[in-house]
Amino acid sequence: MDIFAQQLINGLVLGSIYALVALGYTMVYGILGLINFAHGDITMVGALVALTIVQALSAAGIPAPVILVLAGGGAMIVCATLGLSIERVAYRPLRRAPRLAPLITAIGVSILLQYSAALIWGKQYIAMPKLLEPAAINIAGAQLTTLQLAIFLLACTIMAGLLWFIKARRMGRAMRATEQNPDVAGLMGVNTNTVIAFTFILGSAIGAIAGLMIVLYYGIGHYFMGFMLGLKAFTAAVLGGIGNVGGAVLGGLLLGVIESLASGYIGDLTGGVFGSNYRDIFAFLVLVVVLVLRPSGLLGQHSGDRA
Amino acid sequence: MSINALLTGQRVRWAAWVAIALLLLALPFITEAVLGRSWVRIIAVALLFVMLALGLNIVVGFAGLLDLGYIAFFAVGAYSYALLASPQFAVHWPFLVLLPLGAAIAAVFGILLGAPTLRLRGDYLAIVTLGFGEIIRVFLNNLNRPVNITNGPQGITLIDPLQIGGFSLAQTHTFAGLTFSSVHNYYFVFLICAALSIALSLRLENSRIGRAWVAIRDDELAASAMGINTRNIKLLAFAMGATFGGVAGGLFASFQGFVSPESFQLIDSIMVLCMVVLGGMGNVAGVVLGAVLLTALPEALRYVGPLQQRWLGHVMVDPADLRMLLFGLALVLMMLLRPEGIWPARRRIVSAPTENPHGG
Amino acid sequence: MQMHTMRHAVTALIVTALLAACGKEAPPPAPKAEAPKAPEVITVKIGSASPLTGPQAHIGIDIRNGVQLAIDDANAANVEIGGKKVKFELVSEDDEANPTKATTVAQKLADAKVAAVIGHFNSGASIPASKIYSDAGIPQISPSSTNPKYTEQGFKTTFRVVAHDGQQGPTLARFAAKTLQAKSVAIIDDSTAYGQGLADNFEATAKSLGIKVLAREHTTDKDTDFKAILTKIKGKKPDLIMFGGIDPQAAPMIKQMKDLGIKAKFIGGDGMQTPNFIKLAGDAADGAMASIPGLPKDQMPGGKTFLEKYKAKFNQDVELFAPMGYDAVMVFIDAMKRAGSADPAKFLPEVGKTSYAGVIGPIAFDEKGDLKNGPITIYVVKGGVWEPLETVKPEADAGATPAAAAPAAAPAPAPAPEAAKK
Repeated sequence: MDIFAQQLINGLVLGSIYALVALGYTMVYGILGLINFAHGDITMVGALVALTIVQALSAAGIPAPVILVLAGGGAMIVCATLGLSIERVAYRPLRRAPRLAPLITAIGVSILLQYSAALIWGKQYIAMPKLLEPAAINIAGAQLTTLQLAIFLLACTIMAGLLWFIKARRMGRAMRATEQNPDVAGLMGVNTNTVIAFTFILGSAIGAIAGLMIVLYYGIGHYFMGFMLGLKAFTAAVLGGIGNVGGAVLGGLLLGVIESLASGYIGDLTGGVFGSNYRDIFAFLVLVVVLVLRPSGLLGQHSGDRA
Repeated sequence: MSINALLTGQRVRWAAWVAIALLLLALPFITEAVLGRSWVRIIAVALLFVMLALGLNIVVGFAGLLDLGYIAFFAVGAYSYALLASPQFAVHWPFLVLLPLGAAIAAVFGILLGAPTLRLRGDYLAIVTLGFGEIIRVFLNNLNRPVNITNGPQGITLIDPLQIGGFSLAQTHTFAGLTFSSVHNYYFVFLICAALSIALSLRLENSRIGRAWVAIRDDELAASAMGINTRNIKLLAFAMGATFGGVAGGLFASFQGFVSPESFQLIDSIMVLCMVVLGGMGNVAGVVLGAVLLTALPEALRYVGPLQQRWLGHVMVDPADLRMLLFGLALVLMMLLRPEGIWPARRRIVSAPTENPHGG
Repeated sequence: MQMHTMRHAVTALIVTALLAACGKEAPPPAPKAEAPKAPEVITVKIGSASPLTGPQAHIGIDIRNGVQLAIDDANAANVEIGGKKVKFELVSEDDEANPTKATTVAQKLADAKVAAVIGHFNSGASIPASKIYSDAGIPQISPSSTNPKYTEQGFKTTFRVVAHDGQQGPTLARFAAKTLQAKSVAIIDDSTAYGQGLADNFEATAKSLGIKVLAREHTTDKDTDFKAILTKIKGKKPDLIMFGGIDPQAAPMIKQMKDLGIKAKFIGGDGMQTPNFIKLAGDAADGAMASIPGLPKDQMPGGKTFLEKYKAKFNQDVELFAPMGYDAVMVFIDAMKRAGSADPAKFLPEVGKTSYAGVIGPIAFDEKGDLKNGPITIYVVKGGVWEPLETVKPEADAGATPAAAAPAAAPAPAPAPEAAKK
């Protein structure tokens, strides 16, 4: 039982990271109908920027919490700017173009980000200097470090904050209006361009936080880390219901748990035929199953011929 | 007499075709003399990619189905050849059986992968096909236990080259004073196959099926209303596209003598997609051009490394990275500036703006 | 064809021609030999193939540096072969640790008519590339590939200057049984030719020594999250965890082991015995053990001098296989001298007859091309550095356990996975 609890905890923490990244995908898709392929790589940039800041500051003897805040803040600023520029330069001119074009552009941006990162940071794995000394808590026989707990709580807090924001604040309402019908929203006085820009900024900033979490959690940064992460986060968003903020978080947590439990138990379940080496495709299998059986996801509403 | 008038003369057109054909036949020898044998290899591989790009063109260009996992069919073709013509199962079937078999197996996979995606549109279709590509790759990488089928990450080595009787393409032969090394032999085989692929693509384009594909690409609902069985037509697109990949895969396996899952990654799917999109989606000639350019350019870029070494003293930008950077840039710029590609199809692909997906 | 299509065709031809011109302008690296400076000096090209980019680049560059050092030393020594002065030239290629790239690179080196190749680093690269070198008749010494299959393909051109996994795996297993007194083990591999091969070899011997294999897991050489696998292993409570793989994965793995509170010891092969492992894993690296073919560098006959020379020239420490790369070049030059020719067809037979005292120790090859009596050293991380723990000489073991794959005899007796692997 304690192993199950441990796998569950691992899954929830992994899922929290997926959830944070999935938020970016789901918000952009909700408003623009576009899969921002580059979002995973924006998260990667955030991770590497945070790592660089930590590397630079930890040598100077600044206390850890300050470094964390600075790293997080720095990453958020860089990512927000990056997300905004990408939207302005690559996506905005293609708002009215047929579906294929923005998708291909997004792939192009993704590749650009990856190899620019390779240029700046090199292609080797980069080690994160040790910042925290996470204490371990024992729950039901499983080990939970304070870092893991922090990641989980942070994801929940951000989600809660986002939900509140969308419901209560004017900009949030503007976002919902633009998502439902941009033209009418525009007629009602909403500046859709600003709303879209804001969505990208918000999504990218949250992605940056996810990036910081990742380098803290795994201790390693790498120019290619955004790719798989992005795909899985997008799967999580679809699972939960694309366009739905709560769905993104639910999907993320669920996907993390599925992946963790499947990797842990599939070997025993199938008598060694399939093992943990099939881990990456669990996400894709989930994706296919969801899209074929229930395209609107767990929390989404069925919207016309979306899928 | 103006250049145009000169160029449009019937006789001149014929002469141009003959000249091109002769050039293509002589190309490996010219290339070897001027650039060295590794470039002959490159142009041979370019022809393989021409076939792949043409196959993807059927799916993406003709039928408008964005397939991001196309390399899976290439992998299936390569592995079916490799498994049946190597020490892996100690089976050595002749290539005349294996190549069509590979095409057939790839077609089956095309239908299998296409079937769940029939109701999906645009972005979702892309992601699901991407997922399928990854699934195939992971399976190829891991089907070495409990029963060793694909030999996992080590790949399959010592694959038989193409041979008829005792005449093996892997050996060097001399004929009419010219040396035909293994690379030259394979070049000519690929040339024939590529030419057949082009001919087939053109026939498909101008057939009822081709028009049906264009119809569902432009407006699926209307096409269905006109009586086109969209389900079958889509599956046919996947299947036909896959066969091109399957044959190319078999040829690739026999050429390299070695296959491993590393050759069939997502980035390779994207590369083939680039060839189609940048070359000119839906236009056979454009796609061929795209394939040739995108195979030759990265190789040309390799020389940038030593150039940087000479000018700057050290290599600042690794040529492999530079190639990828340029790819990304090219994709973005092309979509912004010229989404129809370098050599667009005569029928405009970039048609009227789609309706707002949010029901506007 | 319409008029504008014709125009397009012409444009296309022009573009392609420009491209070809482009390719011609920048002269290809070295397809043609340099014009000799003085009538008696011949240039001999030595090829080096290893990953120069990517997560394993630090190891690949290290190998290339070793080769470069050897070439520089040889050039400084004014070597004469067959009565002619020889100038050696390095042709270095990047195989990105990718099997397909490796074959491309091998073809390039073959086309460039190098006399010999030091390469590749990964077994997954050396094995497919070896066919190409064999077809071209170019002798190949791998400084690091340890998968037994590399020399089992029946090629005359394959050699290596390290013990292979048929020796390394069992050595690790015997160490685990005798020195560590481990009764149970969980094995993880990274699904590469090297990692899986080493793990399989380890598993076979461990089982025959009575160690219980509680779990056999697989990951990939790109993963960084091993929590699911490690949690599962934690539940089985093994004494020891063995990992077949390379340092970019080994490092996060041991970190996560500590995070999960797993008490088992951690041991691996030469792929993780690098300074980079310690750098990436930080404090968690302490106590990790790894084997590496070869003697501890400071115990190698030429070790200390080599380390200093290397540091002076490249301004960094030796990472892993540079001494092997160095010796490989010297073995080739020695064979050329004995054959009196730098023509591969002529000096290839001499390579097999090598008896050379290298930096790493005495080098001689058996009939398959494997290193005879290659020692294996087991290291442990203490206080942030790798320290040698125990050195094992295969001949001492060959008699000890029947299941030990003696260096020359490849097919291991019973174990199914190995036999199926061929």
